[in-house]
Amino acid sequence: MRTLLFLLQKEFLQIFRNKTILAIILVVPVVQLLILPNAATFEIKNIKIAIVDNDHSTYSAELIDKFVSSGYFILADYANSYNQAIKTIERNKADLILEIPPHFERDLVKKSVTNLSISVDAVNGEKAGLGAGYAGQIIQDFNKQIRTKWIALPKYNSAPVINITFSNWYNPLMNYKTFFVPGILVLLLTLVGGLLTALNIVREKEIGTIEQINVTPIKKIHFITGKLLPFWLIGLFILTIGFIISALVYHIVPAGSFFTIYLFAAVYLVAFLGFGLLISTYSNTQQQALFVVFFFLMIFFLMSGMFTPIESMPRWAQIITYFNPIRYFIEVIRLVVLKGSLLRDVFPQLAIMCVFAVVFNVWAIINYRKKA
Amino acid sequence: MDAVNKEKVISVDKLVKRFGDFTAVNEITFDVYKGEIFGFLGANGAGKTTAIRMLCGLSTPTGGAASVAGLDVYKQAEQIKRNIGYMSQKFSLYDDLTVKENIRLFAGIYGLSRKVIKEKSEKILKELGLEKEADTLAGSLPLGWKQKLAFSISIFHEPKIVFLDEPTGGVDPITRRQFWEMIYNAAHEGITIFVTTHYMDEAEYCNRVTIMVDGQIAALDSPKALKEQYKSASMDEVFYQLARKATRKGD
Amino acid sequence: MKQLFSFVRKEFYHIFRDKRTMIMLLGMPVIQLILFGFAVTNEIRNSSIAILDKSNDIATQKITERFRASKYFNVKEVLHSESDIQNAFRSGKVKMVVVFPQNFNNDLSHTNSAQIQLIADASDLNTATTLINYASNIIMEYQSTILDADIPYRINTNIRMLYNPQLRSAYDFVPGVMGLILMLISAMMTSVAIVKEKELGTMEILLVSPIKPFLIIISKVIPYLILSLINILSVLLLSVFLLNVPVAGSVWLLMGESTLFIITSLSLGITISTVTQSQQAAMLISLMGLMLPTILLSGFIFPIDNLPYLLRLLSNIVPVRWYIGIVRSVMIKGTGFGTVMNETIILIGFTVVFILISLRRFKIRLE
Repeated sequence: MRTLLFLLQKEFLQIFRNKTILAIILVVPVVQLLILPNAATFEIKNIKIAIVDNDHSTYSAELIDKFVSSGYFILADYANSYNQAIKTIERNKADLILEIPPHFERDLVKKSVTNLSISVDAVNGEKAGLGAGYAGQIIQDFNKQIRTKWIALPKYNSAPVINITFSNWYNPLMNYKTFFVPGILVLLLTLVGGLLTALNIVREKEIGTIEQINVTPIKKIHFITGKLLPFWLIGLFILTIGFIISALVYHIVPAGSFFTIYLFAAVYLVAFLGFGLLISTYSNTQQQALFVVFFFLMIFFLMSGMFTPIESMPRWAQIITYFNPIRYFIEVIRLVVLKGSLLRDVFPQLAIMCVFAVVFNVWAIINYRKKA
Repeated sequence: MDAVNKEKVISVDKLVKRFGDFTAVNEITFDVYKGEIFGFLGANGAGKTTAIRMLCGLSTPTGGAASVAGLDVYKQAEQIKRNIGYMSQKFSLYDDLTVKENIRLFAGIYGLSRKVIKEKSEKILKELGLEKEADTLAGSLPLGWKQKLAFSISIFHEPKIVFLDEPTGGVDPITRRQFWEMIYNAAHEGITIFVTTHYMDEAEYCNRVTIMVDGQIAALDSPKALKEQYKSASMDEVFYQLARKATRKGD
Repeated sequence: MKQLFSFVRKEFYHIFRDKRTMIMLLGMPVIQLILFGFAVTNEIRNSSIAILDKSNDIATQKITERFRASKYFNVKEVLHSESDIQNAFRSGKVKMVVVFPQNFNNDLSHTNSAQIQLIADASDLNTATTLINYASNIIMEYQSTILDADIPYRINTNIRMLYNPQLRSAYDFVPGVMGLILMLISAMMTSVAIVKEKELGTMEILLVSPIKPFLIIISKVIPYLILSLINILSVLLLSVFLLNVPVAGSVWLLMGESTLFIITSLSLGITISTVTQSQQAAMLISLMGLMLPTILLSGFIFPIDNLPYLLRLLSNIVPVRWYIGIVRSVMIKGTGFGTVMNETIILIGFTVVFILISLRRFKIRLE
C-alpha cells in the first residue's frame, strides 16, 4: 500500500513536469471545446448561386431579385451563358446554376407555361437537396405571385394549400452546438483515458525504466494502479473543466443530475484506461501505440453516433456499434444533459459499461503479467 | 582482498534457459559467498544477461536449480526481489525526477520509513558530494555521477546481494576508480557484489571471476589462479584464450 | 547515389519490421473507405417518427401512406393524444411527430386551407432540420397531386443533379479520405520518425557520416512517399470498384496533383520535426495542428461554407483543404488542369515555404 503512494508521487511529479502532457490536459480541452462546436455543423449555409439570364425582362429581374434577397443564397456569378456558369461550379465557386431561358416572360404570359432550369452541384448530396429545395420553394412563390397578379378570380386562385407549422422541442436556444458539445466531452475523456495512458506506459518501456521496476519488489498490480489512477483523476478533472466551459461559453447546463454523469464517466474512464493499458501491452514504441490507438479511436468515433446518427447506418454497422463503448457514453451524456434523463433511465448503459471496464482491464492485466 | 565468509548467498546448480530451440544458458553451476565480489565475464551473446535475469527473478529458468539469499528462484522470485539490489548501465534513474526524488522513490519501494529515508539521504548526498544537486533533475547529471548515485540507491536498503550489469560503461577512468571504491566499501559491509563487465582490469578487482562462453562456464576461479592456469600476464589474455573458442557472437 | 539508396533501404527495413504499424498504415484507408462508404452517413434513413392523426380521413391516410412508403421514415408509433408526445420523445423512440388536426380533409377541400404540424426533437438539430425538410417535401408532393393540372401561368422547373445524380454521399468524402490519409502518413508519420532518431540520438551519428544532411532527410522521407502513393492507388481502386465512384477526369492529372500534395505534406512533416525535440511533442502537434484542422476545417466532413467566418478564413491555411478541392474538381467533376491551376500554385507555394523553414531551422541547429 505504501508502495502505491510512492508510485503515485512519482507519477504525478513526472506528469506535471511533462510539458506535452500538461498541454494536452489543459490546452487541448479548451481549444477543442471552443473550436469544434463552431466548426462541426451540418447546417447548410451560404449556398452559392450562379445566374444565367437569357431573358433580361422584368419578370426575370424580379425572379433573380427574389433569389438574391431570400437569404438562402449568395450570388456567386452573373454569367452570360451556361457554359460560363458551369465553370464556376467546376471551380467549386458556385453550388447551383439558375438558367432563365430567352422569352421567359413572353412565354409565361402568352402561352401560360414556361420552363426554368436548375443545375445543381450534387457532390454534396445534402447541400444539393437543400439547395434545390430552397430554389424550388422560391420559384413556387414567384409563380403564385405572378398568378395572383393575372387572376383575380377566386376559382383559379384557389389552389388548395397545406400550411405546415414547425415546432422544435428541447432546444430552446435553437442551438446546433448543444448537440455536439456533450459529445466533445466524451471525446476528451476518451483521449485522456486511452491515448495518454497508453503513451505513458509505452514510454517507460521504450526508455527501459520498466526493467528497473520489474527488479524491485513492486507488485505488478500496484504498478498498474499507479499508472492508471493519476489519469483517472485527471480525466474527471477535465470533465469538470469541460462542464465549466460549456456553461460559460455555450450556456449548456445539464438538465439531469451531475451525479449520474460523473458516475458513468468514472466507470467509462476505468474502461478506457484498461483499453490504453491493453494497447500498451501490444506496443513496443510510442509511435506504434499512437497509431494503434488512433486507428481504433477513429473507428469507434465514426461509429459512435457522435457525428452521424446510428439509425442511418445499415443493419450490420448498427450491430457493430453495440460493441463500441463510446456509443453508450454519447447516448447517456446526451440523454442526461439535454433531456434530463434519470439514473434509472440509463441503467442498462451503465451496466454495459461496467462489463466493458471489466473485460478491458482483465484482458490487459493478464497480458501485462505474461509479457512484462 | 578480504577473506570471505563461507556462507553461500547464491547457489546455482545446472541452471538452464532455453528459448525454443536455442539454449542460452546451458547447465551452469557455481556458488557465491557472502561479502564476495564476484565477477561475471563473457563475450556478448555468451549468456551473461540471461543468467543474471534468472537470478534476479526476471525470468524463469527452463531447468536446473538456483537459490538467491536462500530463496528459490522458481517459487520465491518475488521475495528474492526484496533482498537484492540491481543496477544496469543503460538505465538506472528517472531522468525527470530530481536526485532526492529518485532516492525517495526507490527507498520507499523497498519499505524504508520516511524517517530513515531522510537520514540516509542526507548521509549519501554528503558522501557523494551531491548536496547542492539534491533538487536537480537526475537527467542533467553527468553520466559518472548518475551511475555513482544509482549504485548508492541500489544498496540503500542494505540488500544481501547487489547485481551490477555493466555499471561502468562509458564512464571516465577516475570515476571508475571511485566507483570501485564504493563497491569495496559495500563488500566490506557484507553486501555481496555480483558484477558483469567488459573491462578486464576490473576483473582483477574481483575475488573470483567466472567466464561464460557459449552458454557455459568455461572458467571459475580467482583472477590470480586463472592467470597462472592459463599462463597469462593479464585477465585480458585469459579472456582472449577462452573467448576465441566461442562459436556464438553477439547478443 | 549508392549511399542514398542504402539509407533508403534502411528506412524501409525500419518500417517493414514494424508490422503492426504497417498494417495500420495500409489498412486504414481501406477501413475508412468502407466505413464512410457504407456506414457513416448523414443521409436520413428509416428515421423513427410517430403520427398523431385526429381526423383519420382519406387525405390524412394518403399522406400517412406516403410517409410509410418513404425510405427516409419509419412510422414507429401511432399516438392517440397530445400527452403521448412527451413520452415518445423522452424514451428516445421517435425523433419527430406529425400532427393532423381534426377535419383535415374537410378544411382542405372546402376552405382550401389546412394545417399540419411537425414537431421535431431538436436536441439533435441537424437531424431535426433534415427530417422536417423531407417531411415537408412529402406533404408538398401530396399537395401538388391534388392541384388542378390545368392551372394557368405555370412555371415548370427542371432540376438537374450534376456529377452525382443519385446523391450518394460517397462522392463527397472520397476526396476527403484521400487528403486525410496522405496527411496522416506523410506529415504525421514522417515527423514522428525523424524526431525519433533525434530523440534516440542516432541522428547525430547520421549527421557525422559523409552523407549530406539533406540527403539523410530525403532518405527518411522516400519510404513514406512510396507508402502514400500505394495508399492513393488503393483508395482510387476501392472507390472505383467497391464504391462505384468513378474518376471523371484524367487519372494522370489526379496522380500528379496527389504526388504534389504528398510532397507538400512531407515537407510539412519535416518542418514539424525541426521544431520538436520529443516524439510526444511531434505527435501532439501532428494531432492537434494537423489532424483536427484537417478533419474540421478542410471541407472533409463539414462543408467549408457552413463554417463561421473566422474558421473559414483559417481553413485557407490548411493545405489539405486545397488538395481536397482539387480532387473534387478533377476526380468527381472531371475538370482539366486549367480549373485547378490556382490551387496547384497555392500547394506549390506551401511546399516552398515549408522547405525553406526546414532548411533554415536545420542550419541553425548545426551552428
